[in-house]
Amino acid sequence: MRLSYPSNVKVVKVPCTGRVDILLILHAFENGVDGVYLAGCLEGECHFLKGNLRAKKRVQYVKGLLEEVGIGGERVEMFNMSASQGQRFAQCAQEMTERVRSLGPSPVKGGSKK
Amino acid sequence: MNTVPDKPVGAVLVVGGGIGGMQASLDLAESGFYVYLVDSAPTIGGVMSQLDKTFPTNDCAMCIMSPKLVGTGSHRNIRLITNASVKEIVGPAGNFEARITRKARYIRPDKCTGCGECAKHCPVIAGDDYNVGMSRRSAVYLRYPQAIPKVFLIDREACIGCGLCERVCLANAVDYADQDTEETLSVGSVILAPGFEVFDARRRPEFGYGVYPNVLTSIEFERILSATGPHRSHLLRPSDGSIPERIAFIQCVGSRDTSCGNDYCSSICCMYATKEAIIAKEHVHFVKPTIFYMDIRAYGKGFDAYYERAKADYGVRFIKSMVSKVREDPRTDNLLITYLNEEGERLEEEFELVVLSVGVVPSTSVREMAKRLDVDVDRFGFCETDTFAPVATSREGIYVCGAFESPRDIPETVSQASGAVAAATGIIASARGTLALKKEYPPEDEVKPEEEPRIGVFVCHCGINIGGVINVPSVKEYAGTLPNVVHVDENLYTCSQDTQEKIKNAVKERGLNRVIVASCSPRTHEPMFRETIRDAGLNKFLFEMANIRDQCSWVHMRQKAEATEKAKKLVRMAVGNVRLNQALTETSVPVVQRGLVIGGGVAGMTAALQLAEQGFEVFLVEKESRLGGNLWNLHYTLDGKDIEAFLLDLIAKVSNNPLIRVLLNSLIVDFTGVRGNFTTGVMTAPAMYYQKIEHGITVMATGAEEEKPHEYGYGEDERVLTQLELEGRIAGADTGISGIKEVVMIQCVGSRNEQHPSCSRTCCATAIKNALKLKELNPAIRIHILYRDIRTYGLMEPYYARARKEGILFVRYEPAEGPEVTVNENKLSVSYDDKMLKERITITPDLLVLSSATVPRENKELANLLKVPRTAEGFFLEAHMKLRPVDFASDGIYLCGGAHAPKLISETISQAGAAVARACTILSKENLSVGGVVAVVTGEQCAACLTCVRVCPYDVPVINIRGEAEIDIIKCKGCGTCAAECPARAIDLMHFRGSQLEAKIGALISAQVS
Repeated sequence: MRLSYPSNVKVVKVPCTGRVDILLILHAFENGVDGVYLAGCLEGECHFLKGNLRAKKRVQYVKGLLEEVGIGGERVEMFNMSASQGQRFAQCAQEMTERVRSLGPSPVKGGSKK
Repeated sequence: MNTVPDKPVGAVLVVGGGIGGMQASLDLAESGFYVYLVDSAPTIGGVMSQLDKTFPTNDCAMCIMSPKLVGTGSHRNIRLITNASVKEIVGPAGNFEARITRKARYIRPDKCTGCGECAKHCPVIAGDDYNVGMSRRSAVYLRYPQAIPKVFLIDREACIGCGLCERVCLANAVDYADQDTEETLSVGSVILAPGFEVFDARRRPEFGYGVYPNVLTSIEFERILSATGPHRSHLLRPSDGSIPERIAFIQCVGSRDTSCGNDYCSSICCMYATKEAIIAKEHVHFVKPTIFYMDIRAYGKGFDAYYERAKADYGVRFIKSMVSKVREDPRTDNLLITYLNEEGERLEEEFELVVLSVGVVPSTSVREMAKRLDVDVDRFGFCETDTFAPVATSREGIYVCGAFESPRDIPETVSQASGAVAAATGIIASARGTLALKKEYPPEDEVKPEEEPRIGVFVCHCGINIGGVINVPSVKEYAGTLPNVVHVDENLYTCSQDTQEKIKNAVKERGLNRVIVASCSPRTHEPMFRETIRDAGLNKFLFEMANIRDQCSWVHMRQKAEATEKAKKLVRMAVGNVRLNQALTETSVPVVQRGLVIGGGVAGMTAALQLAEQGFEVFLVEKESRLGGNLWNLHYTLDGKDIEAFLLDLIAKVSNNPLIRVLLNSLIVDFTGVRGNFTTGVMTAPAMYYQKIEHGITVMATGAEEEKPHEYGYGEDERVLTQLELEGRIAGADTGISGIKEVVMIQCVGSRNEQHPSCSRTCCATAIKNALKLKELNPAIRIHILYRDIRTYGLMEPYYARARKEGILFVRYEPAEGPEVTVNENKLSVSYDDKMLKERITITPDLLVLSSATVPRENKELANLLKVPRTAEGFFLEAHMKLRPVDFASDGIYLCGGAHAPKLISETISQAGAAVARACTILSKENLSVGGVVAVVTGEQCAACLTCVRVCPYDVPVINIRGEAEIDIIKCKGCGTCAAECPARAIDLMHFRGSQLEAKIGALISAQVS
């Protein structure tokens, strides 16, 4: 469909959102990423049964952590979409980019390791 | 089938190497047969190779086709014989002798490397038929850049014999003395897939094709839009090279036209014109496309949504009219189109460019071949087939698929091709494996985890798909600066066969132990590249793709600088990841050579029967108390065939087949496993007897049914009924029927609306079938059919013409101002606006027949059990709309019939065959390899906390005798949930290990790959 979305979004392929652990999301923020979102199957239609529901819980948990340390819980999100919803994929990319842009750069910008 | 000898030949001849022929060849070769693929063109690929995009997904035709091209070209059990034709076929089915004539190529295929040096030096300029004469090529040429086989040839008519090519060819491949050769092949059966050619638009002189330069055919326009076209995808008109703003498409040129003898519908033109209009608009935003049509035939899956999108999102204008002529304004080269609109007014409009949507015709050479092979064709030249045997020709052992059978689009060609494979191998099943060669890989070079990575990065231009947006040379250069990258290269098409050789050579010469291709989607191309590096002796997991097309150039088309920067980052991420990739081994597990078919309608029964014919045991599960499904509600076909007789015969064949176990009154209650090894729990009423079935493949054939209408007084008055109910009454010799004087039929009841946006495909034909039947019973009957578009596609069109001729009245309505129905006790009245008469008409018919939507049967639970996706309307969703029309994304599960989308009986039968042919690519193997991407436990880190046992959706992990978690790699599906939840991080998912993902994310931010 080639629907355009902001080039800030880079995709990291995983077999299922269920593979994405809390540490991995935190690791991304630690490296200086401004926002993270997970794009999983629609609820109830997970290709691996329940992976997306597990991911949803973890995202909720990370939201709390980020809020606590002052990075901001809004910087992480879970989106659900099916393989046939290209439009929604582009929409989510747009929405998340706008949200993160309005929040400004992450306080850990530049990476904590530097 | 009784005449097939006991020991048939285990090889099949496929005639035609277009998308149908390639699909057939690949399915045949993968299920244990040797294939001879004969194509009259010098390269395979057919018409699809000339297409720019495909509807309704707008996928790039070449992009989705090239894996098939390469797969066909490189398969050890497919021998390509191009530039050749079949002279005759003698002998009985099962033991044919086919005489093949191959035209001289003047370039030796065994020596030509496809380097193109000859073409560079050739001084001759000739018309390029790949671009329909709109560009020039040399006399020694390759039809198109991705051509398979990549062997040049000399066009001797254009060649001046200067000898330059011979002198510059370092491979000594030029052979001016080459002559036509003949050879005889022994084959068990034959599949004809010769395709079609387009109607010669000069036969409709009123449109000025060939006279006015700015009148083009649709295939010419397709080439103009294409990256490899005459203007490299710039939309320019021929007369002056300016960008045309107003573009007109004239539909049905050479179709639905008795004046030229083509009174059939070409089936594909409405959709391809819509697609070309959308793509033109995407190329140049100010283009204003207008489509002049008779009926929009968007009858396929997802087509109506595409048509609506063209109108709403792209502003494509659709005008229902007949165009009477096209004139040129000599001052501007613009074209004036004269047409009658729906109100009967004569109008004239000016356009910069006119595209003629030319129809599908069988070529003269194909008709001649049919004659030589003793295969019957109809009056148009399409191959004669029977509704109930849609892939069998009049000659036993010879089968047909694609546009030679009747005009059809790509997915239907692909599905029919697989259907033809099931039929062609069914009769020679006993010869499976007798001639096929087994794939043998070179030994794998060991790459130890501690070994320093040596990475090769191949960046793809993808024609201009990537190169037109992203600065490929700078991405390549950048890749060379990344750690451990020792080799970089860029290619016009990284997927072409010669590039595979380049990659293999680079692996060997540069000692690469990791390979990255920065190109398109791993979804379509990763298997091919993995195969390439495996052929070079590398483990296939030492490969990574950076998707710089689908996720970059295509979606950031207007931000070229940003796209280039992103592409660099994506390559950097791939490098970060691939450095940590490890060689993974797969284990071989036995295949349960037995099938499970869900649903006992015509689709399921056909699938079961054909699986049995292939020699495999089948379980056929039906939830009702009898086989037959929806077919019990149908009685006769449009062409007058007796459905009931066919159904009873089919049920008898299925019930009496010793390899088929029919389970009636049965439901699927659980489902586990992977391709080759499924276990399904079935519960059978009334005793609720539970049994587990082990099987290697699953065919989903749950069907569809007529929806009970909610509108027009249905259910309130017995004079309002559905088409199926009417058909039942006609077939049941209802005496009341003959007394009926006036009938109104309303089309699209419950279809093409908000809740159900799709077309139900069969209702137009059904309405005409029943209307003709009523006329037959009572010639004085008055029948009004209120419709939106009449969609009697393909060879059904003549029945529509006949219905009109017999006085059946067709009146079009717009959904916004649809017919009104009032029902009271003594009077049923229908009123509608007649556009021609500009009047409101009210009729009081004796019967109101509603052409109600076709909806899927209740399948949600089954979808959840099998974990297969559905469309918004509840039909099952195939893996790829175009090229994998009967596969689910999960391997080993296939779909056919109404469960996929509404379709005719003949289409259901060939699709059921297709599911069988696809299933045989698994069932025919004794072993399959498993493993690879699976979860692995580091035992000493395990605290036996049971988290993995709890979270695994498939209940795979167990705590073993050592008190550590253990995961069976055969059962593991590789979702990674356990790895993500394990508090001790004792579990890792191979190929997606935590360290890899962290490295990838790290590389996104920092150029310093840590």
